Amino acid sequence: MERLTASEIIVGVLTQFTPVWIGLAVILLVSWLFRSKLGLYGKLFGSPIGVAGLILVLFWVLTAIFADLIATMDPLTQLSGMKNKKPGWPVTGEEGQWYLLGGDNLARDVFSRMVHGSRIVIAIAPAATIFAFMVGVTLGLPSGYYGGKFDTVLSFIANLVLAFPVILLFFLLVTPEIRETGVPLVMAGVLFLFPIIFFLMLFYSRFKEQPPKLIFSVAATLVLGFWAYSGLAFNKDPFGVFYMDPNLLNIFVAVVFVNSPTVFRIVRGLTIDIKTRDYVAAAQTRGETPWYIMLWEVLPNARGPLIVDFCLRIGYTTILLGTLGFFGLGLTPESPDWGTTINEGRKLLAVYPHPALPPTIALMTLVLGLNLLADGLREESLKD
Amino acid sequence: MVSFLIRRTGVMLLTALCLTFCVFFLTNLEPNLEKLTKSEGNQRMSDVEVQSWLEENGYRQPLFKRYGEWLGVAKGWTRTDENGEISGRCIKRGVPAEEAPDRCGLLQGDWGFSLVFKENIDGIIKEKLGLTGKLMLCVLLVMVPAALIIGVVAGMREGSKTDRTLSTFSILTTSTPEYVSGVIFIIVFASKFGGLRWFKGTSATAMENITFENFTLPVITLALYGVGYIARMTRASMAEVMNEQYIRTARLKGLGFSGVVLKHALRNALIAPFTVIMLQIPWLLTGVVIVETLFNYKGFGWTLVAAVGNNDIELLLACSVVAVFVVLVTQLLSDISYVFLNPRIRVS
Repeated sequence: MERLTASEIIVGVLTQFTPVWIGLAVILLVSWLFRSKLGLYGKLFGSPIGVAGLILVLFWVLTAIFADLIATMDPLTQLSGMKNKKPGWPVTGEEGQWYLLGGDNLARDVFSRMVHGSRIVIAIAPAATIFAFMVGVTLGLPSGYYGGKFDTVLSFIANLVLAFPVILLFFLLVTPEIRETGVPLVMAGVLFLFPIIFFLMLFYSRFKEQPPKLIFSVAATLVLGFWAYSGLAFNKDPFGVFYMDPNLLNIFVAVVFVNSPTVFRIVRGLTIDIKTRDYVAAAQTRGETPWYIMLWEVLPNARGPLIVDFCLRIGYTTILLGTLGFFGLGLTPESPDWGTTINEGRKLLAVYPHPALPPTIALMTLVLGLNLLADGLREESLKD
Repeated sequence: MVSFLIRRTGVMLLTALCLTFCVFFLTNLEPNLEKLTKSEGNQRMSDVEVQSWLEENGYRQPLFKRYGEWLGVAKGWTRTDENGEISGRCIKRGVPAEEAPDRCGLLQGDWGFSLVFKENIDGIIKEKLGLTGKLMLCVLLVMVPAALIIGVVAGMREGSKTDRTLSTFSILTTSTPEYVSGVIFIIVFASKFGGLRWFKGTSATAMENITFENFTLPVITLALYGVGYIARMTRASMAEVMNEQYIRTARLKGLGFSGVVLKHALRNALIAPFTVIMLQIPWLLTGVVIVETLFNYKGFGWTLVAAVGNNDIELLLACSVVAVFVVLVTQLLSDISYVFLNPRIRVS
């Protein structure tokens, strides 16, 4: 069989992404039609930058969802004779099969690895960011609202973590040795408690006067929370639904740990600003409890900057995950995530540049999309 | 002002103590010590032998005592074995025990001995910091002017086409971490596939003699990621200043646009970016480690990776101290300079 030409490769790659194009078209059309009813998200369609960001982010989210349909090969299978082959090389012995973007140093399909890599990034980065937000919000609200000693101590700890050079923290916290000592488990045990505390306080402060709702929501939070907690943090889920690979847990905990102090500082600053507003004074006069005011008065009014920061932070987390992969920390070397693939590819960069290029562009476009989206959201939320 | 400085320095020292203790704890975890023992002794040591080696070499003392020894506050351990020979932390090979100092740690300037480089650590650190210093200097010389110009030009006329273009460029650079831009630059400018073989993909030769050819790519790679952030800060600050009353007054009294920008706006707009630049220096550290690894430039970042990779505990500790020190000092300088530059802030 002949090797594909450049234009055939482009057409081939674009065709493989068909499910993504369809999904993109449907989502954008529906959102555009109902944009007036969708609040901040609907307003995004007024900003070209925001739309560009949204398209890039949706592209990679859909790619992660449909990865099995898009990928032409298995991301881990090594085919003989395909080592370091150039883009568009036909698979030996298989009719009508090509390595669209070539083969890597271990004769695996670069294109399929990039597509499957999106799954890891799209799964970890937002989840880690959500956890970091839970920690930051649960500690930042009372810290800003009460002030005093509590605030001094927490701020000192936050500054301590922030003064730690990120890369050093990763080298120290993401190692096979530290997994033996169980330090990541302890950190997971502490950090994963915060979402449970957050939701407990959220429901408790709201439904304190309505016992049926209170009992239901608190019970649901406790059962679901500790079920997930047992599985994610200690891998002891009795039903085996929640599970996290120890390597993955190590990375996840490190990334949450690095991100939460910054979120804490932002939330604390916003709370200090918002607690002087009239509606907070009104709530205090009504006799609302402090936690009700924090979670149901302050937090909703701080949502604008927090949403923007959330987008930016997912992008930053993606970069951090890539950095970890680049230094070979955490995930196994055959993992198709982008950081690890870039690390594998860079070793032969001068001779075979094609395995390193697709994951770099993928990572860059995803982060760019998130940053553009954040910029668009900021612009739109400032308008009103 | 003086009490502010004292308080700030006090907090800094406390932070430094806490951080170095964290690093000390994390580098001296049990598995690391076992690995160290086996690489010092031999790979086939039994568990009992490992334990006794650790015992004999002072690794089995309480953690705080060992931290104190390393810092140079506590007395170094000594041990007399069956033959009456005295060994200890501060007793070097070939030096009689009586002449050895009581304390030998960071404060006495004894940074320990690197197992990888087989050299005294203070010498290594000095040499590597010099190399990284050169890199940082070039990066700052490229990054700061570029970022300030982009930010000022973009913020001068908010919402204009130039502003949109430059802002999008800033976002693009902040979305491109060093390991992405570095790889792309090497492919485009240094491999036969890009066609342009303007620069070299490795900077190993730049350690002795820096040329345009072997140093451009690492500098550009490092500078690019920081440019966007500083430029956006400058733009925001510039746009804010341009909306001030005194700028309108200056315009209305007939001063030309360039005069307004250069004489009235610029000085006020550059306060915020200046502190941001200071805070970017610790951020550059991650980039330095990535770029030095990618371009094989054997500076501070490369040494850090080597120390981690080879479980060289003392070297890693020394690198961490330097890194933490750099971060804390730049934070302090940034705070102080902000107070000095901004007359609106009064420290009470």
